[in-house]
Amino acid sequence: MTPDYDLAVIGGGPAGVAGALTAALAGLGVVLLDAAPRLGGQYFRRLPGGFRAARPGALHPAPGGSGGLDRFTRQCESLAARADVLTGHRVWAVERDAEAGGTLAVRCMEGDREERPRTITARRLLIATGAHDRPLPFPGWDLPGVLTAGGAQALLKGDLVVAGRRVVVAGTGPFLLPVAAGLAAAGARVLGVHEAAGRFGLAGHPFLAAGKAAEALGYGLRLARHRVPYRGRQAVVEAHGEHELTHVTIADLDRDWRPVGTRTVACDTLATGYGFVPRLDLPVQLGCALRVDQGGHGAGHGDPVVAVDAGMRTSVPGVYAAGETTGVGGAVLAETEGRLAGRSAAADLGRRIPPDPALARRRDRLAAFARVLLETYPVRPGWREWLRDDTLVCRCEEVPLAAVREARELGATDARSVKLLSRAGMGWCQGRMCGYAVSCLAGEDSPPGGSPPAPRRAIAQPVRLGDLARLATDPPAGEPPATPPPSSAGGLAPPASPTPSPEGRP
Amino acid sequence: MEERWDVPDVVVIGAGIVGAACAYYAARAGLDVAVVDRGPVAGGTTGAGEGNILVSDKEPGPELELALLSNRLWRELAASGPEEDDRPAASGGAGGRLPGAGAGGGFEFESKGGLVVAETARAMESLVDLAARQGVEHVTVTPDRLRAYEPHLAGGLAGGVFYPQDAQVQPALAAAKLIRRGAERFGRGALTLRTGVTVTGFVRAGDRVTGVRTDRGDISAGAVVNAAGTWGGEVAALAGTHVPVLPRRGFILVTEPLEEPLIRHKVYTAAYVTAVASDSAGLETSAVVEGTPAGPVLIGASRERAGFDRTVSPAVLGRLAAQAVALFPALAERRAIRAYCGFRPYCPDHLPVIGRDPRAPGLYHACGHEGAGIGLAPATGHLLAQALAGLRPDLDLTPFRPDRFDEEERP
Ligand SMILES: Cc1cc2nc3c(=O)[nH]c(=O)nc-3n(C[C@H](O)[C@H](O)[C@H](O)COP(=O)(O)OP(=O)(O)OC[C@H]3O[C@@H](n4cnc5c(N)ncnc54)[C@H](O)[C@@H]3O)c2cc1C
Repeated sequence: MTPDYDLAVIGGGPAGVAGALTAALAGLGVVLLDAAPRLGGQYFRRLPGGFRAARPGALHPAPGGSGGLDRFTRQCESLAARADVLTGHRVWAVERDAEAGGTLAVRCMEGDREERPRTITARRLLIATGAHDRPLPFPGWDLPGVLTAGGAQALLKGDLVVAGRRVVVAGTGPFLLPVAAGLAAAGARVLGVHEAAGRFGLAGHPFLAAGKAAEALGYGLRLARHRVPYRGRQAVVEAHGEHELTHVTIADLDRDWRPVGTRTVACDTLATGYGFVPRLDLPVQLGCALRVDQGGHGAGHGDPVVAVDAGMRTSVPGVYAAGETTGVGGAVLAETEGRLAGRSAAADLGRRIPPDPALARRRDRLAAFARVLLETYPVRPGWREWLRDDTLVCRCEEVPLAAVREARELGATDARSVKLLSRAGMGWCQGRMCGYAVSCLAGEDSPPGGSPPAPRRAIAQPVRLGDLARLATDPPAGEPPATPPPSSAGGLAPPASPTPSPEGRP
Repeated sequence: MEERWDVPDVVVIGAGIVGAACAYYAARAGLDVAVVDRGPVAGGTTGAGEGNILVSDKEPGPELELALLSNRLWRELAASGPEEDDRPAASGGAGGRLPGAGAGGGFEFESKGGLVVAETARAMESLVDLAARQGVEHVTVTPDRLRAYEPHLAGGLAGGVFYPQDAQVQPALAAAKLIRRGAERFGRGALTLRTGVTVTGFVRAGDRVTGVRTDRGDISAGAVVNAAGTWGGEVAALAGTHVPVLPRRGFILVTEPLEEPLIRHKVYTAAYVTAVASDSAGLETSAVVEGTPAGPVLIGASRERAGFDRTVSPAVLGRLAAQAVALFPALAERRAIRAYCGFRPYCPDHLPVIGRDPRAPGLYHACGHEGAGIGLAPATGHLLAQALAGLRPDLDLTPFRPDRFDEEERP
């Protein structure tokens, strides 16, 4: 059976859109899938249709000025004219059929309330699933009003109801700045940005890319205009409130992020984020080789990312990866990698693609800079001291630190065995929120520089058993199902929520 | 990294459920035991299986006898669980859903009973026949009575047999807690666990096994127990002997937590019994469906010989889901949030290997329990401890002896 498409692209952020467009322009039959109702990914999450912010570009202070969003929007429009763009499609599994010439099958759920299973086949697959926020736990992080930095940005870009809020921004990494600037521009009162690393971490680095410095300076100016203090070596180590957030404890930190002195600040919103975790569920399902993205000289632990060659090919034939899945590096790097991957896919399928050494050099330069960022903003081990025995580490299953410790005493030495003995990471979000903290608390980050393995998730998105069951009874992929979908009437409560949304709340 | 080790009476290789039970009963018998595992506790197949403790699925014979002894021992272990083992923290925030504090021995033991259902009249006949031959406590259930046992069961079934003795545990907790309980109860130093220690060879004095070589140094011991599960064949080979243990892959589906229990017992169809005993290398699925104290429903498991390949197979998950939905139509609307696979340790005759190895004096085996290692662990540990202590085992170990394959393979 011939596959439905030449190339399937999963992920509608800068990497996926650029990859899909490049491949489509080279003459491939392309489909792009994304779980969200609109393209944009984490970075360019776009406003709902019909809504026009006065200066949408202002919400997307992309590198290179406000042109980032315009450029992305043009790419999306161009792509829509040349390829099938399937938003609202949640991919829960991918498979490669070695017997059928390496055809790749993408299993997904289409739609929201009326969701339907669907399988799409393609000769080649580009995985551009991005990354999600990395929160760190602290007492009170489960209170309403505590958001991840990415969640706060989504809130901002989604519905703009932030005016009048009193917001504290805390975490590490350059992403805090656009979040704070965006919140301030939208009318929130941003009480402070608390960077756990040194404030001038980046400026102090000998290897400073001019573009990024200007960008940081730009945010700095905007924050100054809104009178937002930007402090280094500080973190929010506790959130307080009876039913919702009322104030936070801000601590001065030592080099290792141990608190050395504290004060409290009244606020109703806390946006917090400690970098990003690449989404690797699908590449792991396919068995793609991973490598450790080492942030610095033994500082903090590295994150596993997909290993790729110069053409963004993974170790699995026919499968490419681009963007944050190959290492967190921002929208411009993601777009560059997407273009490289689109070109490789086209070339590998016999299209004539002249080499573009400038593009490859650009990727190398941006990737090198991304490594510098990782080195500059590593997570330091002292955050463990922010926790108390009763601090919830896993919020889905309400597992406190004491239970994680008990699991270790029982003989757990990694995140998986801690999960088996304490249920941490076993709930609705499947460890996407707590996974990093749990693997550190399980000891997987020691010796320093050690890296936890990427978790295996055979099901990347919740899927109804009735829909799964149809895989067993349906005709081969690509044809419409012979059996009508099981009726949802049966007197049972409808599923609580369409997707586990790890974003938004840490 | 060389380390200094005390000299225990017994070294147990493997901190899965079988190694844990061997260590527990050996310590109880007065021996000093060191358990070593290259990974964490329960990091092997024990952490990748379900916790069914079944008597219902066994043909009459040595395995059923082992299962019945084990069933009794599981009840003893659950009843004697220390209070502090039952802190809700360890069982999770589904909080309060546990069936009464103090129950479950600290490892979620539940004596919930198993309901085997028949799709056709013929299947029902063979179920009734099997039950009669087993001589195990059971109740024959007519079609009209099925819903009294399981209100949400599909219609149109030909009847079933209910086995009140079928039970379940949370296997990883059970392994971890048995080791800890042994360490706390039987005196200082009687039972120690060392994780992250890989056995790389054996220390010999002539023919005799007198200890193990590990990546952390040699450990001398009076006896060594091979409880390496699916890797038991490799460990045996390190000692120059042979036990044919191979992997049989299984996938399990886990649903989101349900607010109210939809399923009361373990429920499976008659076809399961055939699949368990099958010699086929191909894929077999026959779902066992059950609820758990924490809320999710477990649907397991498939059986296929695919080496140690972990590649996800949506088609296999689809078959499991289809069978579960056929039994409980209401499950169609519930979401699977997780699936995982493990590798059952199986021997060609589907019986475990338990006892001393005459080909390597000082070496004992306790591995190859296939899809029933959780259920069979306490009896295995108890009988092996008797053998270690030089006592006559309560059950005849001849059917399980490690060298039985040599004879078969001889022409
Ligand atoms: C999908 C599935 C469902 C199942 N459902 C059930 C069920 O419902 N009921 C039931 O009774 N059984 C069930 N089983 C079977 C059960 O899980 C196994 O029989 C049992 O866990 C085997 O336990 P074990 O202790 O022998 O092996 P394991 O748990 O695998 O332990 C062996 C240990 O040895 C260690 N090891 C190996 N080599 C070395 C070395 N060289 N040095 C140091 N350490 C080493 C490993 O790290 C491992 O921890 C199921 C299995 C699967 C896969």
